[in-house]
Amino acid sequence: MTVISLRVNGEQVRADTEPGTPLLTVLRNYLGLKAAKFGCGQSLCGACTVWVDGCPTYSCDFPVEVVGDSEIRTLESLGTESEPHPLQRAFLDGQVGQCGYCLPGIIMRAAAYLRDHPAPSRADVAEALDPNLCRCGSHQRIIDAVLRAGRTGMP
Amino acid sequence: VNRSASLAANPLISSWLTVQEDGTVILRVGKVEFGQGIHTALTQIAIGELGLPPGKLVVAPPSTAGSPDEGFTAGSLSTQVSGAAVRAACATARRLFIETAAAKAGVPARSLSVIDGDIRTPEGEIVGSYGSLAGQVDLDFEAAEPSQETDGSAQPDLQRLDLPDKIFGRPRFIQDLELPGMLHARVIRPPLLRAVLREIPADACVSLAPSVQVVRDGNFLAVLSEREEAAAAAADALSQRVTWEPAEDLPDQSRLAAWLRAQPRETSVLANEQKDGRKRDGTVVRASYSRGLLAHASIAASCALARFDGRVLEVWSHTQGIYPLRGAIAGAFGMDQSDVVVRHVEGAGCYGHNPADDAAFDAALLARRTGGRPVRVLWDRAAELGSGPLASAMTADVSAEIGADGSVGNWTYDVWSNGYTSRPGYAGNPGLLANGYRHGGRPLPASVDPGSEAGLGSGRNAVPPYTFGSACVATHRVLSMPIRTSAIRSLGAHFNVFAIESFMDELAAAAGADPLAFRLALLDDERARAVISAAAEGAGWGQRREAAAHADTGLGLGYARYKNAGAFCAAVAEVEATESVRVRRIVVAVDVGQVVNLDGVRNQIEGGAVQAVSWTLKEQVRFGRDGITSLNWNTYPILRFSETPQVDVVVINRPGLPVVGAGECVAGPVAGAIANGLCAAIGVRVRALPLTAENVVQAIG
Repeated sequence: MTVISLRVNGEQVRADTEPGTPLLTVLRNYLGLKAAKFGCGQSLCGACTVWVDGCPTYSCDFPVEVVGDSEIRTLESLGTESEPHPLQRAFLDGQVGQCGYCLPGIIMRAAAYLRDHPAPSRADVAEALDPNLCRCGSHQRIIDAVLRAGRTGMP
Repeated sequence: VNRSASLAANPLISSWLTVQEDGTVILRVGKVEFGQGIHTALTQIAIGELGLPPGKLVVAPPSTAGSPDEGFTAGSLSTQVSGAAVRAACATARRLFIETAAAKAGVPARSLSVIDGDIRTPEGEIVGSYGSLAGQVDLDFEAAEPSQETDGSAQPDLQRLDLPDKIFGRPRFIQDLELPGMLHARVIRPPLLRAVLREIPADACVSLAPSVQVVRDGNFLAVLSEREEAAAAAADALSQRVTWEPAEDLPDQSRLAAWLRAQPRETSVLANEQKDGRKRDGTVVRASYSRGLLAHASIAASCALARFDGRVLEVWSHTQGIYPLRGAIAGAFGMDQSDVVVRHVEGAGCYGHNPADDAAFDAALLARRTGGRPVRVLWDRAAELGSGPLASAMTADVSAEIGADGSVGNWTYDVWSNGYTSRPGYAGNPGLLANGYRHGGRPLPASVDPGSEAGLGSGRNAVPPYTFGSACVATHRVLSMPIRTSAIRSLGAHFNVFAIESFMDELAAAAGADPLAFRLALLDDERARAVISAAAEGAGWGQRREAAAHADTGLGLGYARYKNAGAFCAAVAEVEATESVRVRRIVVAVDVGQVVNLDGVRNQIEGGAVQAVSWTLKEQVRFGRDGITSLNWNTYPILRFSETPQVDVVVINRPGLPVVGAGECVAGPVAGAIANGLCAAIGVRVRALPLTAENVVQAIG
């Protein structure tokens, strides 16, 4: 067992783990951050998407020791119910989601995309979200919400 | 449908409601939430009947330790059946509280009303409240259905209760649940349903991390560890080393339709009607259609937790039926039902009988061997796509004779399929995957089909909705089941409506008729005609069909009344065919009777339509002789964002008419609409799903 030090959501944290453990497992099981989800463990569905140095990254087969000094951010740090991120407000306003299991990963990918592309087209947003899967068919509401958040302005 | 089935089984108000002294009401229901918004819809009904503000009513998580038994949450029946019971319990409770307040205040009960939980006189004086009278009203009282349906559409839609947790990333799913001291488990599975675990090399276990415990029970093999990553790594390592001997070969996938037709079967005649004895001397048209197996492909891997204290077995599960699962688990272990408690915790999207119950049994089986420590089982992606129940492959022959006047006679429809139900407890068998593997367990029986009172299974929507001179419809349920099948959203209706609606367009083409006018001429039901007309109008049927014909695109129409007794639904799809088939837009018109939660209906229709596009364009389970091979998202692709059509939904509200479910009605009409739109675009009829480039090329021949 090795103690690994990570920078997560603005704090320096430590976790007992073994090399090769996926970042997702460390976040969920050892740091209590349950927002990012396990979907496939193969970097194919995006349920586990978090930011590594601001870049949306699949965390389910990302070995934790590779993180190094990079800054990790998860949905928990994006906004709160009293101070929601514009995307979270747009998702609530649009009643977006059915089961909602894919949402944490999708919101993190969309937030990074809007940060870098302030006024995207519908087709741009759809393409940007392609690395993430949704099985309930909430795609249209998700895209609408991302477009709305883009229009209302990002922090 | 017996609308008060839930109420008949749980007639007392106290089964459904507890009124607390702070004025908060706890609502207990047996229907479970899986993202379809049912607890929001039931809350909306309850607060409307009680006269409570949102936030003063809490839905208790369903559990066999206190919730009413409402069987399975399935078949688009929850708003209808559970909604009727909740409405009755709440309306009767409201009456009892008003009567108690009236007696105390010495005023006539009928003069009082409830506003925001307070009982008021016409002058606005408060003479009591749910909170102040909580201890004085006996709720061990039989609930009666209100004489008048409240007009739910008059109330504003309640926002989904579960969404804030999901959007802010707060723990809510079963996958997020931790119990003190729990062990993580992974199960090592054979590549196909019937296989024998031959050998575990002696050194295979030695090489595992010392903290890992290996559990074998007959052909059931699992690993346990305090650390999840250690359990996952051990399962991966062990699965590479063990050998399974298949107990039977799987059929040849390229000849699946022929295989279905060649098996022993049970035939049911669903319709054999002679409406007119006319001789048409018309054109006889025949066609055969087919579809492969579909996977549930939930975005999460199934999960369950269990704890056994030596007497009581507690199970946490995202099952669709807490009571049936409890019965199946107790039956498998020979336990008393009262010693098994099943608690529901939300999982990811559930579209039918998925591995939730199997995962629960895995956890229960392991928890009986850990000396009281709780066990958490998580399936992996491969098992989720290959080891759980799948939707059966289907194939159908259709023929009909079309007269010069556009009338249709001699309609025959034969469909071959495995059964659509093998839920826990069916046919007296626990029906839980690991129970078929463990020592002394029972092999899983072949799936069966629900009866006509439940809307049938492989025969769901096999009877055409149109007025024909005669119609003969039969289902042939295949009795051999090398690949395990069970219920998926809409059961046989996705395929049957695809086949019937495709064939309707083939008949219209033979008659030289417009597909819209052809259908309307054969439909008497005003509600059917209304949804078809609304969908066609929304899609600009006339003009757009002309314009589309010149641009690699086509418009197609599909219609069905779900289960021939539920929601009326029509879809028009705009399909583009270039190097692949793409759906650009779908207009859906739906009539679900009286609408309870309008946005909830829209959300279900949008989601169901998009999922049906995915099934219809992309999905089929792939397998070789020795096992299923479509075990990840590359080999079992589903629709992605950039492939998703615009979906426009027209909801025709029918205040006062019975409420029917919305979750499943759209799959068949969308499949038919896409197939017909594709034919309109390329001039070739593709009769095999999915509508991949491969199947299009094969149809072009």
